[in-house]
Amino acid sequence: MSDAALSGWLPRVRKPSALPGFGLTLGFAVSYLSLIVLIPLAVLVARAGTLGLDGIWRVATTPRVLAALEVSFFISAAAALVNAVFGVIVAWVLVRYEFPGKRLLDAAVDLPFALPTAVAGIALAALYAENGWIGGLFVPFGIKIAFTPLGILVALIFIGLPFVVRTVQPVLQDFDREVEEASATLGATRRQTVFRVVLPSLTPALLTGVALAFARAVGEYGSVIFIAGNMPFVSEIAPLLIVTKLEEFDYAGAAAIATVMLAISFLALLAINGLQAFSRRRFGHA
Amino acid sequence: MALLGPSGSGKTTFLRLIAGLEAPTAGRILFGDEDATKLAVRDRRVGFVFQSYALFRHLTVAENIAYGLRVRPRRTRPADKEIRRRVADLLELVQLSGLDKRHPAQLSGGQRQRVALARALAVEPRVLLLDEPFGALDAKVRRDLRRWLREVHDRTGHTTLFVTHDQEEALELADRVAIFNRGTIEQVGTPDDVLDRPATAFVAGFVGEAVRLPVDAAGSWIRIGPHQVATPEENVGGPAELFVRPRDLVIARPGVDAIPARVIGVRRSGTSRRAELSLAADLPTVEIELPEGRSVRRGDVLPIVLATVRLFTRLPPHASRGEVSAKRTEGS
Amino acid sequence: MRSALSEGRAVRWTLIALGVGFLALFLVIPLLAVFSEALRRGMEPFLAAFDEPDTQSAIGLTLLVAAIAVPLNLVFGVAAAWAVAKFEFRGKSILVSLIDLPFSVSPVVAGLVYVLLFGAKGLLGPLMDDWQFKIIFAVPGIVLATIFVTFPFIARELIPLMQEQGTAEEEAALTLGASGWRTFLTVTLPNVRWALLYGVLLCNARAMGEFGAVSVVSGHIRGLTNTMPLHVEILYNEYNFVAAFAVASLLAGLALVTLGAKSVLEWRYGDGLARIHRH
Repeated sequence: MSDAALSGWLPRVRKPSALPGFGLTLGFAVSYLSLIVLIPLAVLVARAGTLGLDGIWRVATTPRVLAALEVSFFISAAAALVNAVFGVIVAWVLVRYEFPGKRLLDAAVDLPFALPTAVAGIALAALYAENGWIGGLFVPFGIKIAFTPLGILVALIFIGLPFVVRTVQPVLQDFDREVEEASATLGATRRQTVFRVVLPSLTPALLTGVALAFARAVGEYGSVIFIAGNMPFVSEIAPLLIVTKLEEFDYAGAAAIATVMLAISFLALLAINGLQAFSRRRFGHA
Repeated sequence: MALLGPSGSGKTTFLRLIAGLEAPTAGRILFGDEDATKLAVRDRRVGFVFQSYALFRHLTVAENIAYGLRVRPRRTRPADKEIRRRVADLLELVQLSGLDKRHPAQLSGGQRQRVALARALAVEPRVLLLDEPFGALDAKVRRDLRRWLREVHDRTGHTTLFVTHDQEEALELADRVAIFNRGTIEQVGTPDDVLDRPATAFVAGFVGEAVRLPVDAAGSWIRIGPHQVATPEENVGGPAELFVRPRDLVIARPGVDAIPARVIGVRRSGTSRRAELSLAADLPTVEIELPEGRSVRRGDVLPIVLATVRLFTRLPPHASRGEVSAKRTEGS
Repeated sequence: MRSALSEGRAVRWTLIALGVGFLALFLVIPLLAVFSEALRRGMEPFLAAFDEPDTQSAIGLTLLVAAIAVPLNLVFGVAAAWAVAKFEFRGKSILVSLIDLPFSVSPVVAGLVYVLLFGAKGLLGPLMDDWQFKIIFAVPGIVLATIFVTFPFIARELIPLMQEQGTAEEEAALTLGASGWRTFLTVTLPNVRWALLYGVLLCNARAMGEFGAVSVVSGHIRGLTNTMPLHVEILYNEYNFVAAFAVASLLAGLALVTLGAKSVLEWRYGDGLARIHRH
């Protein structure tokens, strides 16, 4: 697609600009996006569509699929909640306090982004197994972590950890100290200032981080399968079930589960965008 | 009362000391007879309006104003109904009735400023502290708000301290002005005091548009470059500084002993006309306000006399008059 | 008096202990475990793991896949960022959301879509058969799946930064007589070079470490379609833990290098990077 070929209709859809290369770059970007992402995803939905809506519903509500979706959904939500609490604490500590090793720890927060999920999976499985460094500590209490739903929780906390920290941290960093001072001059105690002024201001960012962590956790595969035990109805996650269906050459079934998961991700994404638009309108920042 | 001074002179720090947002290294802070030095910020009952307003942006206007009442411990907290009534009164006072459900992001700069003021007034402060209250507003809004703030002050009767670097604002609005320079207060007085009877060379140079001329003083004479001028009072001899404002100079009537000054430019300043004059080649130029109808051109030589003489002997800096440490000054 | 503006010592240290403890439990100790498990029996078995031809071919394949996927996504990222950041056009916000899409798709689904397209029972499967061209259970499928999951990284870094920088400098260069291409090379590119490097690093780390998507399309043929993460899985499932962790420690090393480079870039060139990162 060349500039010349597009110039016939471009002036109507974009503001005029002196810079060149719009048609070329946009054309390439859109084609590449379509070929790599959009068309394959459309094929997936179309494939699931051959079952019809009631067909998808039937696949999604077979007991085993339903159980896997529940495991994925609820444990992801639980992991996101844990990360919400500790993510705020970590962000707070990294922004507000000085202590030795802080910079190193700050850099380490991104580890789950950079460490391959399979590596994380086997490391967590080794650590939280009954003979592992951490898992061993829980044996006396009769708590098994690896190869139970608790193991899935551990893996999903790991995967989602940076999202909350990295969305809350910049907001806390830019938070105007004068606002806290204003609260103090108005007679608030420190606790009141933190809980009535600072934390509510972090809420939009926190919710965004939680939604991102949740969306990521629902789809996570690599780190979970090593630690989960993968028992149907107990610790089998939805992505694993897709792989199982594929191995049985049940393409339509796999596509149906994938479509349901896509729908969940889209809802989470929609929630994030809505949240950000709302908070921009209302508080003047995202 | 206005705290006036160049940026970095310690005005805001002084305000924050009074509020308890900074701790003094020495000295005491008194509210009337009460020593507030050790009092926590939240127990001082000061109303602080921040330069950035520091509104709580997740709360509505009404919630912002009510905040100081709602955070009180239960025994001193007014009933909900009473809080709502107070908020409504304050909204009326700051002329924002009907905007109570908005969020700060949905208000204009001037409106936010008034919310910040109402929020500070809600706790019935012993002193109202305003940090550059008009700093972030455009010129027109500034003028309106200035007049309005004076009205609010007269109606509520709060002792009010405000920081500004705009002398016009300070002189117009305040009953008393404190002039700050490098962390010390140079002078505290009425606007007339600081304008007409500056206590230090700094005040004389900072307030009004004074030009500083190096002179030599001896008896009742001073020497300005090649010119000799008589002064009404006896002077300490030696090198000194003469501060000259446009209004201090007048064109001499014929026959009076005058300084010849060369006109090097004529310009308008607001409604008046001014001429820029050179008294001698190596001296800074001075300005004079021209009477109406007097036509003056570049290159003319005007005979001028000094109507007011503001002379400060050069003293070593540590001995300059009127020094008051900000940290020792009593609040109120 | 201080207590009105900051927390007391006890609260402060409790929070620090909680935060540091949480990070240690979930990040630092697992990372240490990788290296400790790899070296559990000493250096010799650790090194022996890399003598295996299967391991070597896995490393080779991983490098090959990254060498194809990263440059392609680099070109896309730059083109998309140029179009989105320097021009105003209808549908722009939709385009930006679509670029982010692969982040919210499960890696397994990313692999699945290509199986549905090119697999034996897929839409284009018969066509691929006719042409004797294998995509699924072969290297092209692995490359495609990797491109899909690493798709947004570079564009994501560049778009916010280039939007912030605006078009004034490019316009100035054009008025001075530079050609469009020259303007891009001499004005735009130097302005975003650190963000670009940062995006490439993240893209590369993910490309080399991707597991789920690649697992679905690879077929796990040892010596042929096994990337390093897949090889880790095979070794682990064969209870060859030392070898599994040895290969894993190589990937962990790559992650550490990426994080180190990222931190250095942020500390040194913080202004030249987009302000908020999302992955």
